[in-house]
Amino acid sequence: MKAAAKKTSPKPRADADGVAAVKTPRPVEFDKEQELSAYRGMLLIRRFEEKAGQLYGMGFIGGFCHLYIGQEAVVTGLRMAMKDGDQMITAYRDHGHMLAMDMSPRGVMAELTGRRGGYSRGKGGSMHMFSKEKNFYGGHGIVGAQVSLGTGLAFANRYRENDFVSLTFFGDGAANQGQVYESFNMASLWKLPVIYVIENNRYAMGTSVTRSSAETDFSHRGISFKIPGIQVDGMDVRAVKAAGDLALDWCRTGKGPIILEMQTYRYRGHSMSDPAKYRSKDEVQKMRSEHDPIEQVKARLVEKKWASEEELKAIDKEVRDIVADSAEFAQTDPEPDVAELYTDILR
Amino acid sequence: MTMIEAIRDAHVVAMERDGKVVVFGEDVGYFGGVFRCTQGLQEGFGKDRCFDSPINEAGIVGTAIGMATYGLRPCVEIQFADYVYPAYDQIVSEAARIRHRSAGDFTCPITIRMPTGGGIFGGQTHSQSPEALFTHVSGLKVVVPSNPYDAKGLLIAAIEDDNPVVFLEPKRLYNGPFDGHHDRPVTPWSKHPLGEVPAGHYTVPLGKAVVRREGSAVTVLAYGTMVYVAEAAAQESGIDAEVIDLRTLHPLDLDTIVASVKKTGRCVIVHEATLTSGFGAELAALVQEHCFYHLEAPIRRIAGWDTPYPHAQEWTYFPGPARLAAALVEVMES
Repeated sequence: MKAAAKKTSPKPRADADGVAAVKTPRPVEFDKEQELSAYRGMLLIRRFEEKAGQLYGMGFIGGFCHLYIGQEAVVTGLRMAMKDGDQMITAYRDHGHMLAMDMSPRGVMAELTGRRGGYSRGKGGSMHMFSKEKNFYGGHGIVGAQVSLGTGLAFANRYRENDFVSLTFFGDGAANQGQVYESFNMASLWKLPVIYVIENNRYAMGTSVTRSSAETDFSHRGISFKIPGIQVDGMDVRAVKAAGDLALDWCRTGKGPIILEMQTYRYRGHSMSDPAKYRSKDEVQKMRSEHDPIEQVKARLVEKKWASEEELKAIDKEVRDIVADSAEFAQTDPEPDVAELYTDILR
Repeated sequence: MTMIEAIRDAHVVAMERDGKVVVFGEDVGYFGGVFRCTQGLQEGFGKDRCFDSPINEAGIVGTAIGMATYGLRPCVEIQFADYVYPAYDQIVSEAARIRHRSAGDFTCPITIRMPTGGGIFGGQTHSQSPEALFTHVSGLKVVVPSNPYDAKGLLIAAIEDDNPVVFLEPKRLYNGPFDGHHDRPVTPWSKHPLGEVPAGHYTVPLGKAVVRREGSAVTVLAYGTMVYVAEAAAQESGIDAEVIDLRTLHPLDLDTIVASVKKTGRCVIVHEATLTSGFGAELAALVQEHCFYHLEAPIRRIAGWDTPYPHAQEWTYFPGPARLAAALVEVMES
C-alpha cells in the first residue's frame, strides 16, 4: 500500500516552476558594431515603409498596405538574436520582417506594386509573400492563421532533430483567435521550439486592447498551457535582443515554447485607409518623441561618439539609395503575364 | 443613400422595432465597422446592443447561435467574407442544423453579414466570393443584395427571419453601381434610382428575384456586382438581354428564372466566384432540367477563373463587361 501511496503523491511540477522562473532580462549593452547594425536595419525598414506609403498615395500600390513604422525594433532586435536556419512567420504587417530577413527590397517593393519581379511574381501583394531561401514563411492575410503554421514549423524542427527555432509573430488582436490556443496547447504538450512573439501595438485596427481583451497582459496568455512569457520594451532594440537571446536559448535547450510580449506602437493607421481617429495625436506624438526606436540608437551612437553626424548621414544616404532603387524597379518592372495566374495552383 | 448608409439604416430600424436585436463583430461598436456599416449604432443603442468582439470569428458566430437559441436576434458582422472560415464549423454544424436536429424545438434566427467580392485590389484574402460554400449547406438562407434599396429591405427581412441568413454584401457596390469599367468614375448611388431608400420599415422578401432589364434575346442570371456588369454588357453588345438579379440564392426564385428562359430560349450565367462548383453550376443544372426543350443554345457560364484571386492582373481576372458581352454574342450565334 505504501508503494501505491507514493505513486499518487504529487510530483514537483518542473514545468510550472519554469513558467514562474522566467523573468524579463535587462537590456544587453550593444557594442559599436551592434548599434550601427541596429541603426541601419531599422532605418532601412522605416525609409522603405515611408516610400511604400508614398507609392500608395501615387497609386502605384493598390488595395491593402500595412506599414510597420514605429515597430522596427521588434523584428530588428530579434533578427540580431537569431541564427541562420531559424524560421520567421508573421501576419500582414510584414514588410519589415522580410527586410530584416535579408530579403531583397526590390523583390518586396515589386510585389507591393504587383510586378513580375515581386517575390510572388505579383500574385500575392503586400500581405502574401515568402522566401524559402531566407527562411521567411510569409506574409499571411488572415488574422491569427499563421500561428498554427509557425507551430508546425517548430514541430518539423524537432522531428528533423535540428536546433532551429520558429519565431511566430502575431498581434494583440490575433491573440484572441481560438487557433492560437490550440497551438499553445500542442506546442507545450510536444515541447516544440517556437517563440510566440506577440507584437502588442495596442490597437487591433480600431479596437484598443482594453476593449477586446479580458487579459491585457499578453505574457500571461500561456499560463494555463505551462508556457512562460515575459513583457519586453519593444521600442528598445537592446531589450528586444536580450529577450530574444533568452527565448532562443530556452527553445534550443529543449524547454518548449515561450511567449514574448513586445510592447510596441504603430505610428501610422492600421492600413492606408485608416485615419486612426480612435487615438489622440498627443498619444502618437509622445511615443514618437520619447520612445522612437531609431532615435534611441542614434542618441547613443552620438553620445558615445561612435558615429559622427557625417557617418550617420552616409548611412541614411545608403539606405535611401537602396529604397529609391527598389521603388524605381517596382514602378518599371512589367506586370506578370495573364497566363501567370494559372501557374502554381496544382500540378 | 449609399449601400453603406442603407445597411446602417436597416440596423437602426430593426433595433428600434425589436429590443432582442443585438449587433456585434470586430471593430463594429466604437469604430463603427471597417466599412462604416454600423457607425453610430453604439452611440444610439448603447454598448449592450452594439459592441466590439475580439478577433475570433468562431467565437462571434458561436455565441450568436447561443444567443439566438434563447430568444435574441443577433446580427453579426464578419469583417471580410474571407475571414469567415474559422466560423464555418459553427455555421454549418450548429446554425444550419439546430432546427433539424431538435425537430423544430430550437430555431436559430441569426444574420451573418460579410463584405464579399473583389475589385478593390485585396488579393487572395480580401476579395473572395464564397457564396457557394453556403448555398451547398441545407439549413441556411443566402442573400446577395445589389443596391441600397434592396440591401435595406433584405437586411430587415433577414434579421426578422427565423432562420440563419448569410448576408453577402458586394463591397465594390457600397458606394455606387460598379459595372466593371474600373477606368471610369463610378456613378454614386445618389444618381441611381435604387439609391433612393425610403425611411422607416419595409422589407424585400427573401427568395424573390427581380428582372432588372427586360429583354427578349437571352436571359442573364446575375447577382451582386454582376448585375451592373450584365447591364453594361447588354448595352455595349447591343444584344437585347434580359437581366435577372437573383437577390436571394437560397431559397432560389426558380419561377422567375424559368419564365424568362422559356421566353428567351438562351441563358448566360455570370458570377465573380471561381467557375468550378460555383453557384452557376447549380443554376445551369436547374435551367437545363426545367427549360431543356426551350433552349436554343448551350448555357454559358462566365465567372472568375479557377485560380486564387490575384493581386496583379485583377481586371483580367474579374469577369467584366467585355468578357460577358463576348459570351452574349457567342450564345446568340450558336
